[in-house]
Amino acid sequence: MLPKLAGHLAKRGIILLLTVVVAVYVTIWIANMGGYVDEIVKGEVYLSISQSVRQNPAYRHLNETQVRELIDALYANELKRIGFDKPFIYRSFAYLKDAITLSLGRALWISSASGSKSVYIIITERLPNTVLLFTTTQLLLFFIGLFVGLFLSRRYGSVADRLAVMLAPLSSLPGWFYGIFLILIFASYLRLLPYGGMVDVPPPTDSLSYALSVLKHMTLPVLSWLVAYSFINIYVRRTFFLMFSSEDYVELAKAKGLPESVIQRRYVLRPTLPPIITDFSLSLIASWMGAIITERVFNWPGIGSLLYSASVMFDTPVLVGLVVIYAYLLAVTVFTLEVVYAILDPRIRMGGA
Amino acid sequence: MASRAKRFFEQLLFYRSAAIGLAIILVLVGISVYAIFAIPYDEAVRLWRAGEQHWLSNPRNALPSWVNIFSSKKLPETIILDTSEPKPGVSKAIVPVLERFSRIRIEFSFDYQYDDFPSELNLFFKSRFNASAPQLTVHWAKPNGEEYVLNTMIISREDKYYISNDDRLARELRGLISAKVNRTIEYDAPVTLLLFAEEDASILNPSTAKVMKGTYRLWIEGMAFETNVDVDARLIVYGKVYGWAGTDHLRRDIGIALLWGTPIALSFGVVASVSIALIQMFIGAVSAWFLGRVDTVLQRLTEVFMVLPFLPVVIMISTFYKINIWVLLLVVIGLTAFGSGVKNYRAMFLQIKEFPYVEAARAYGAGSFRIIARYLIPKVLPTIIPSMVLSVPDFVFLEAALAILGLGDPLAPTWGKIIDDAFTYGALYKGLYYWVLEPSVLLAITSLSFAMLGFALDKIFNPRLKEA
Repeated sequence: MLPKLAGHLAKRGIILLLTVVVAVYVTIWIANMGGYVDEIVKGEVYLSISQSVRQNPAYRHLNETQVRELIDALYANELKRIGFDKPFIYRSFAYLKDAITLSLGRALWISSASGSKSVYIIITERLPNTVLLFTTTQLLLFFIGLFVGLFLSRRYGSVADRLAVMLAPLSSLPGWFYGIFLILIFASYLRLLPYGGMVDVPPPTDSLSYALSVLKHMTLPVLSWLVAYSFINIYVRRTFFLMFSSEDYVELAKAKGLPESVIQRRYVLRPTLPPIITDFSLSLIASWMGAIITERVFNWPGIGSLLYSASVMFDTPVLVGLVVIYAYLLAVTVFTLEVVYAILDPRIRMGGA
Repeated sequence: MASRAKRFFEQLLFYRSAAIGLAIILVLVGISVYAIFAIPYDEAVRLWRAGEQHWLSNPRNALPSWVNIFSSKKLPETIILDTSEPKPGVSKAIVPVLERFSRIRIEFSFDYQYDDFPSELNLFFKSRFNASAPQLTVHWAKPNGEEYVLNTMIISREDKYYISNDDRLARELRGLISAKVNRTIEYDAPVTLLLFAEEDASILNPSTAKVMKGTYRLWIEGMAFETNVDVDARLIVYGKVYGWAGTDHLRRDIGIALLWGTPIALSFGVVASVSIALIQMFIGAVSAWFLGRVDTVLQRLTEVFMVLPFLPVVIMISTFYKINIWVLLLVVIGLTAFGSGVKNYRAMFLQIKEFPYVEAARAYGAGSFRIIARYLIPKVLPTIIPSMVLSVPDFVFLEAALAILGLGDPLAPTWGKIIDDAFTYGALYKGLYYWVLEPSVLLAITSLSFAMLGFALDKIFNPRLKEA
């Protein structure tokens, strides 16, 4: 049994890894179609060579023109060494190797708050802000959808249920769009909450008031997503639960006279939980990346804002780095889910399905 | 067929939300058709990109005119008086004197009955002369007879006098009026206020200053040292309201972008959602029908595209290649063609494939593509119509989102563009809510109408939801 499981997981893992590799490779081609990646690499090579020449005590005695000539000669040599005299197809694999091993290189213009130019540091510095905001949001959405959906599925056709169905179309407007209205009402008109940002300026010194300040700044972005996506979440969950509540085994449980709460927990929630959790984890990862506009509207210093400034400033290494990190996050999540299901689901465990 | 269509519509209109949604969509289509015929696309783009010179006679950041209907305080409309377009209140006389000089007199008078001060006051000149440029003095008279000399100047062939930006004049008027009311005007009163306000104690505070209602006069007296002279003047008293949609920071009529944003939003949304659904369905059908190696390749490809983050890649492409909105549409379709939908369709087709009628088709020797096109796809088509309609708003908002990131089509006037401009130029900080609200409301109405229609269609085509 165990080897079978391990074999299955290993196969899935390899397929996922290959998927990520191909996706990153596609990204490199997209990014280089304008010749941008080449420019980045050339710039980086030139910078590192000129730095090493200028800092080398052996070359102290040279004057400026000689130094420049030396740098140019070394630069041309180095370009040849890393294969710039060959067509892009050869080099693309070198880039792929760098991206896959997470040596994401240096940013062109953007630097991290600590002053670093390393793309990896820049991204990992912003990632927690995004994760904080959108994990909170997604957790709230998840529980609201789950509990209200479950509640409504028991009261099918009631006023509350019909109201939820009626309000579902409101979710066709995205979160950032509601965000604009919330800013208009709570920041611009009522002046209760800040327009955007993450903490007050200057940031409070003690950690409690810092946390409170962050909480205050989080309120509107979180609220905008709750307004936007709660209704559709509730609607989808409710419909889902309704479909499962009419299964034969639920009817049987009812006929046996089991209490409502037990039926809900054991016979409706339990079999529906796996797809719900898959859905939750995938939309969580997607929200870390897909919230660019929400972050821009609320000026939230996360991955989305970083992506926005990187695209405005043509900072290709940062853009490619973000895509790579996203692909990895997604693949790891999918793989984790596979592992969990493989352990939980007897059909997969036994290799039957 | 006709009766089936009729029955379908009866069923659809049974849902009130579907009827409302459909009605709104029809209105939007009507607006689009009107926009396309009333202002050709090139003309709209040209107007929108024309820059401030073209819009010089519009007020800046003006509210839409209809706010006056709902407010007891009447905001001023723009008043334009031009000697080259004679009408009551405009007069021009250029008289040769002694065969050597010309005496010039231009007079404008207008009735001002609004409750707020104008936003700006400008004077434009066009003149024709050989060697001697005319020298002009500009006078101002308030309804109560008070007269002021605004400026004396020598004008070139194309000249302008921005009266409301004249700081020297503002200081001078402040001094003169302070002397009249025997108290000093402490604040930095603008020229528009000083020229239009009642001259009593109320003028001492900007919040109490009142407009003096009545007939104002501006006249220009001048002299040129030759006889072959002609001068035309254009006085613009800029209001605070304009048109049915107002103006933006470049004095542009927002109405143009609102109007043209409609066909762009509709076509972008509908084309994207319909073609993506059809392509995904086709890929799903091919994958499910052939299975084997074709299936493996298509499924792995789908997974690759699912790993790529959609929005960042779209952003990357539109940053690097500066594409216009229709190429952007193709990129969006291309990136989504292998989306997660392919997996769902494949699962559906795997079931349908086993149906007897497909087997029958295979038995009489139908080719693979004939079966896919004539037997598999028509079976699934009705069930995907609701999701097609429901995904229209996603793409309408995608266009707006890209515009807000500054990555949309640089030329096309779209709703997202207006929101972006409004955001960039601080509409929310300055309280210029109309600027954000107008395009937002249109976006919301469009999306909601498609969503309402889509939800109703969903209940008709997937009856399981209705009974559940």
